[in-house]
Amino acid sequence: MTLAKTRSVSLVGVDGFVVDVEAAITSGVPGLHLVGLPDTALSEARDRVRAAIFNSGEDWPNRHVTVSLFPASLPKKGSTFDVAIAVALLAAAEVVPPRSCAGLVLIGELGLDGRVRAIPGVLPAVLAAANAGCRRVVVPRANAAEAGLVPDVEVLAAGTLRGLLAVLRDEAPPIEDEEPDPPPPRSAAGLSLRSPDRRTGMDLADVRGQAEARRALEISAAGGHHLFFSGPPGCGKTMLAERLPTLLPPLEADAALEVTAIHSVAGTLPPDQPLITRSPFYAPHHTATRAAMVGGGSGRVLQPGAVSLAHRGTLFLDEAPEFMSGTLDALRQPLEEGEVRISRAEGTACFPARFTLVLAANPCPCAAAKQVDCSCAPAIRRKYLTRISGPLLDRIDLKLELTPASRAELRYDLEFAEASRVVAERVLTARERTLKRLDDTPWRSNSEIPGPELRRRFTPPPEAMRAADDALQRGSLSARGLDRVLRVAWTIADLAGHDQPDEDDVGGALALWTGRRS
Amino acid sequence: MNNHTHAGHDLGARGEEAAAGYLAGLGWRLIERNWRCREGELDIIAHDGRQYVVCEVKTRRSVRFGDPVEAVGDGKAARLRRLALRWAASHGVRGADVRIDVLGLVAEGDGFVLDHLREVC
Repeated sequence: MTLAKTRSVSLVGVDGFVVDVEAAITSGVPGLHLVGLPDTALSEARDRVRAAIFNSGEDWPNRHVTVSLFPASLPKKGSTFDVAIAVALLAAAEVVPPRSCAGLVLIGELGLDGRVRAIPGVLPAVLAAANAGCRRVVVPRANAAEAGLVPDVEVLAAGTLRGLLAVLRDEAPPIEDEEPDPPPPRSAAGLSLRSPDRRTGMDLADVRGQAEARRALEISAAGGHHLFFSGPPGCGKTMLAERLPTLLPPLEADAALEVTAIHSVAGTLPPDQPLITRSPFYAPHHTATRAAMVGGGSGRVLQPGAVSLAHRGTLFLDEAPEFMSGTLDALRQPLEEGEVRISRAEGTACFPARFTLVLAANPCPCAAAKQVDCSCAPAIRRKYLTRISGPLLDRIDLKLELTPASRAELRYDLEFAEASRVVAERVLTARERTLKRLDDTPWRSNSEIPGPELRRRFTPPPEAMRAADDALQRGSLSARGLDRVLRVAWTIADLAGHDQPDEDDVGGALALWTGRRS
Repeated sequence: MNNHTHAGHDLGARGEEAAAGYLAGLGWRLIERNWRCREGELDIIAHDGRQYVVCEVKTRRSVRFGDPVEAVGDGKAARLRRLALRWAASHGVRGADVRIDVLGLVAEGDGFVLDHLREVC
């Protein structure tokens, strides 16, 4: 047989496409010819595969070998096809039985010594293979735990090409030196995931005073609503925001897979933790560029941005007015749609981006502790907060002006401050109420319900809506704002155990939306 | 081109001899050896019963510097094709009736290990 076929997966963003890898040995000038839109890294597979086959003790077929990646029109990138190419080639040369690798999906990069190296993006690749109906997948051993998260797929962990060939030939595996593989490449993005160690041990009880802000945090956690804290420095904005994850329940199974898939593509998956079960918290520095925020990058490698890395979690922008205005406004579309589409010359990638946005800002550049001490000119003061554009603020459900904690609060409140555990329990109960109501819908929290559906199915009684109607009449509330107020009202009702929002719930939601101190 | 030191020349000649013996063993009719023209030389021209075959013989002492058949790259293939057509023209043979094979020989003990690539170009 001079023709063999294996399969592999090409990733575009977090979506995988199964690619057929065909190898044919024909007459002609000896050499390996790779066709099907390979990029530079993939073209180099020729040399990697050859050295790996030699160093695995196999003979290189000295013939005219054509390797075709199908569909040929889909651009393919990176080194993930190495193993599939090597096995297809050896099967075409009848070194391994072609039947053993037909329909087998092989993912992995080959080292020159024949070692199968770890690659980023294994989870979405295996998911794509499973969705395409493939049942057996070969992955690098270092990624096996990640691949094992996908149900109904038999995962073969390959440490070396030699070992893999032995399995395909039904032979006893060779004794390999059990050298641990080097950790997978890390993302070189300028953002960094907060190390979990810093966040463990954080508790809402650490924050003194700020009862309203805690309440807002609880509402945000229960309904996934966006949050804006403004206030003088040292009043606890950052502390509060960083404690939001402690109120959130662990991720559900499908959400955990989504989040893990994104982090797998970004290469930010902790090596010892194949599945991310806690909702992520991502806090980029305010120098972040637009590409860092929404995703992108040059060349064919489209990387997820901060909004996607915070998917199903919290995106915290501290010192929000210091961000470039373009960067902040780039958040508007993902905030509405829950996903970002990145279009480049090489293709379009779609990343999920359903996150809770938390903004924190000082009221002015001088950031005096007390307003009377502010040395900023009124114009500068006014200008500072307008750096957060109106359309963006319009999309934020909960706006809060914080005041410094009073002396009494600082001294005594610690004993009364609720711990994260207590609040998280209330949040969980509220979320369960929400889920029960949204049982027959695709949405999981109040903030996800689209406007038209909200107005059609979840309208509170007219008497409860009076405050909102007045605001609408006065023009202080936009149509989108009304939707947002309604969603928050539902969350407040869920937290309070009401069957539907009453007048107080709507009033509270309206107050939080307008940002006036209640 | 071949290495023209005495040892290299000798090895090439022995390789061609072995290749001719191999082709005769296949039952091919040997037409011509070392046909030369201004542009170069063809090692062996044979007839396999259906068409004329121009055989390029490559001999190596070992595979340390690569397999002999790998030495036939695109440039070499183009040259062989041109020479083959020249031979066909001078012998009144249609160009389509000529194909080119590559015989790679690696010395092993007294004999050779032979690799026969058919229809290379």
